[in-house]
Amino acid sequence: MANPEATMLRPEPKQTLTGPEKIHTWPHLVAKEFLCALLFLVVILLYSYYVDAPLRELANPGEPENPAKAPWYFLGLQEELVYFDPWFAGVVLPSLIIIGLMFIPYIDFNPKGNGYYTFGERKFAVTTFSFGFLLWYVLIIMGVYCRGPFWAWFWPWEKWTLAFPTPPPLWSLPAPVGVLLLLAYFGLGTWLPARRWKDFYQRLGPVKYGVTMFLLLTMTGTILKMGLRLGLNVKYVLQTPWFNI
Amino acid sequence: MFPDLKEIGDKITQNDVWKSIFRHRYEDTSRNRTLQVLSNVWLHIHPPAVTKGSINISFTWCLGGLTFFVFLFETLTGVLLMFYYTPDVNRAYADMLDLSNNAIPLGRLLRNTHRWAGHAMVITVCFHMLRVFLTGSYKAPRQFNWVVGVILLVLTLLLSFTGYLLPWDQLGYWAITVGTNMAGATPFAGYQGPFAELFGFTIDNDIRFGLLGGTSIQAPALLRAYVWHCIGLPALAGGLMMLHFWRIRKDGFSGQL
Repeated sequence: MANPEATMLRPEPKQTLTGPEKIHTWPHLVAKEFLCALLFLVVILLYSYYVDAPLRELANPGEPENPAKAPWYFLGLQEELVYFDPWFAGVVLPSLIIIGLMFIPYIDFNPKGNGYYTFGERKFAVTTFSFGFLLWYVLIIMGVYCRGPFWAWFWPWEKWTLAFPTPPPLWSLPAPVGVLLLLAYFGLGTWLPARRWKDFYQRLGPVKYGVTMFLLLTMTGTILKMGLRLGLNVKYVLQTPWFNI
Repeated sequence: MFPDLKEIGDKITQNDVWKSIFRHRYEDTSRNRTLQVLSNVWLHIHPPAVTKGSINISFTWCLGGLTFFVFLFETLTGVLLMFYYTPDVNRAYADMLDLSNNAIPLGRLLRNTHRWAGHAMVITVCFHMLRVFLTGSYKAPRQFNWVVGVILLVLTLLLSFTGYLLPWDQLGYWAITVGTNMAGATPFAGYQGPFAELFGFTIDNDIRFGLLGGTSIQAPALLRAYVWHCIGLPALAGGLMMLHFWRIRKDGFSGQL
């Protein structure tokens, strides 16, 4: 049986002359956690007292909601359904986002900026990630506040109506053009930056560089496709008998 | 004549019963502060001492800890809701009305807090990820913990998503319809996705069918959402949270300023 007194002989936190200053978790950290939790409880209880959680009529499989909106955090993906087929907007795109997020620590070779806020030391990483994060929420805001019946665009201050103008007809690029365009986009999009920023390419190596650029070009490509659809009424860049992009 | 507080205090604390529960005294000494963390099963998730810069609110915004707290809050309110909710298409909506109308004491507050805190958890976990990215806290040696965090983010979304169907109202029903129809478009494995015929996937054996337990959202889908929401996903998330926190404990907090 261990002597309880023995557990009292633990060393005190080590203070080295060179290392960062250490403080006790109790009470410094525990107190902050406790206050954060209390603050959260106050806010959530007050909010819940005044604002009721939504509850509509009993579910009726025979009477679809119009628009039927996914939960708000998926509305960015539902918004992408306007520009892409479901296999991409609903499955491949979110999968790429998840896998891409997981890849981040393994493709970011920059040893700087570990454990502190910095923009100057990680310009590319911070810009890219913040842009993607912002894009996700901009799409969500579009989906939540600007989409009405039949997913038609309504500004938040506009009244929803079924008398919106008929959308213009859509057209698709011929398959050979689409193949060339996609090859050029991903090919040149990968090759040109490697030439322009040779140092960046060499430090990453071909595999990590390829993965980084593929993820980046997919993100920007998604926006470009939105532009093509909204600006030029392009339905598909690439149309095949099996899938369309 | 006032009682001698110190004497009363000693009477309470200087006996075998007290000492069998509390292994150290409470005087504010460096040793007791350390023991307060080390000899407490819940607190020893923390290291006994941390670098000063790593716990600044302006560094962490308390988002990771807050997310965990919201998870605990959801677990508590969720279990309470389970006493009053039946995952049966003929009863679920009526149970929701009972909660909302306070037919169950504090039912409305219970349901509201569970719902809003669920949304809050999605927000806090997203911003925790943003914070960890912006401080580069995923860099060596914490790369793998970032991966665990991404899985926890996905599980948080799925937890919220499965809860969405449970009220069995029009909002949840059609939101889940939209969401699960996406699964039907999965390449190779969804009946409407590209190359579905390659492996013989149809509406009654594809990935969407597996999620719903049927070709449309009916009683089996409600039960599946309920079991995933209350048992499967919390268990997975809980297990991964242990891993997530344990690795923070082993690798140390980031933020060395």
